[in-house]
Amino acid sequence: MAKNYQAGVKEYREMYWTPDYVPLDTDLLACFKCTGQPGVPREEVAAAVAAESSTGTWSTVWSELLTDLEYYKGRAYRIEDVPGDSESFYAFIAYPIDLFEEGSIVNVLTSLVGNVFGFKALKHLRLEDIRFPIAYIKTCGGPPAGIQVERDRLNKYGRPMLGATIKPKLGLSAKNYGRAVYECLRGGLDLTKDDENVNSQPFMRWRDRFEFVAEAVMKSQQETGERKGHYLNVTASTPEEMYKRAEFAKELGMPIIMHDFLTGGFTANTGLANWCRDNGMLLHIHRAMHAVIDRHPKHGIHFRVLAKCLRLSGGDHLHTGTVVGKLEGDRASTLGFVDQLRESFVPEDRSRGVFFDQDWGSMAGVFAVASGGIHVWHMPSLVTIFGDDSVLQFGGGTQGHPWGNAAGAAANRVSLEACVKARNEGRELEKEGGDILREAAQHSPELAMAMETWKEIKFEFETVDKLDVG
Amino acid sequence: MQVTSEMGDYVTKHTLETFGFLPKFSQDEVYKQIAYVLAQGWTPAIEHEHPSKAFNHYWTMWKLPFFGEQDLGHVVAELEACHRKYPDHHIRLLGYDNYTQSQGLAFVVYEGRG
Repeated sequence: MAKNYQAGVKEYREMYWTPDYVPLDTDLLACFKCTGQPGVPREEVAAAVAAESSTGTWSTVWSELLTDLEYYKGRAYRIEDVPGDSESFYAFIAYPIDLFEEGSIVNVLTSLVGNVFGFKALKHLRLEDIRFPIAYIKTCGGPPAGIQVERDRLNKYGRPMLGATIKPKLGLSAKNYGRAVYECLRGGLDLTKDDENVNSQPFMRWRDRFEFVAEAVMKSQQETGERKGHYLNVTASTPEEMYKRAEFAKELGMPIIMHDFLTGGFTANTGLANWCRDNGMLLHIHRAMHAVIDRHPKHGIHFRVLAKCLRLSGGDHLHTGTVVGKLEGDRASTLGFVDQLRESFVPEDRSRGVFFDQDWGSMAGVFAVASGGIHVWHMPSLVTIFGDDSVLQFGGGTQGHPWGNAAGAAANRVSLEACVKARNEGRELEKEGGDILREAAQHSPELAMAMETWKEIKFEFETVDKLDVG
Repeated sequence: MQVTSEMGDYVTKHTLETFGFLPKFSQDEVYKQIAYVLAQGWTPAIEHEHPSKAFNHYWTMWKLPFFGEQDLGHVVAELEACHRKYPDHHIRLLGYDNYTQSQGLAFVVYEGRG
């Protein structure tokens, strides 16, 4: 059939709504929650999203006829109701793998969440999930070390790891900061963390911080006989500066560094992950800015997508929220993306917000990090929810202990180990948690004091972004 | 649970990773952790080392891991035999998880006097 060039504006659905299409195993699949402007048919909205996130532009152009757009175009292949919401609907779109550069999360996101999010026919648009084909996953580097290698390097088995973000987050001198690190580590934490906004400010330049922290890590290792680390934040204004800081952390013999993947960007993150792999360093990933992108239930990108992207871009730890602490997080939804970080296959499960089967193949897993507003009373729930492959980070819940950081750290470590022991013995942690902690406090005055200090603190607000249920 | 208003002074402990912050396990408590390892389908194994070399990744292996072992009593007997032969060594029990290629659990059962 001869093709003729006809200038003008076509309805998107003529070309991009293909309800009979059966997605290929190599297709990248996306689920968008679409809220169209009043009066625009669903099929047209879905097709417009497919077009604008792949090959299409608003007007027909002659040069389309120089390529095989039937091969390259994205296809809207399914529309579903959103439970309990008549205004919005889910559009499922399949993209051929050749639309994307190998190993480039930057390229995938630039296509899928590029111009289309400002498209006028849409009131709101939210990217709910992406199914990455295993063929694409094989082109990504992924975590520099992964869960199994990190456990072996740090000699931590059979339990979650314990961390803390050093407080106050801003204003300490390097030496005083290193003191706070040392106290936490000698008290029984495995890891401590730079706060995300600690980079290299006038009150504490990065090089001074790195040196004092290194001494704190080394001394606490010698004295406790256990392996320790501190996430040295190398997030910086330029990649060159970032690598300079990373090199110095390695020179000091530190096991782990840290990066903010959203504010730093995926290009920086993927580069740093590759550097870590080449240099035997672990990489902790913070997620500043995520709530700007993922919190609105109808617009933006769900965190499960950002979590998948991070696993592909590279990181050994990722913050996931705590479910129980001060920050937003629905339990089922959180467990849904925690699985995406750690498992080798995650089946579709709408009750957890998982829209596609996702095969991760041999890609290494990422530790889920629960951090923010948690304390010893949360420990039974945290161990139940997050399991062993997690890092539980108590910032105020360590350093707010009336006797200081070391005692706070010991209280956390005792409560963690008591919970793990009880779980292994077959006890139900979330039911018997109080008893388990009280028994453990019998032989730990530090824990008894911590339980007294934080007994009244709860964070019970409604989650803003809930799973879609009828 | 006694809570004192006095300021505590925390003395650094030398510990041996998982369960290092709990009081020494009774025999029954050790058995329950071994039973957990067996119930997970993990392979029990024993390692021992002189306390002066405890920080190394590798401790000396006692025999081979006990592949296919289901009997808690056999594991306990091996732990005791290892302890009799190396009374001044740390002795730890591991559970090898061949799916994750990691150790599902590792904890020190006997602390050597070093």
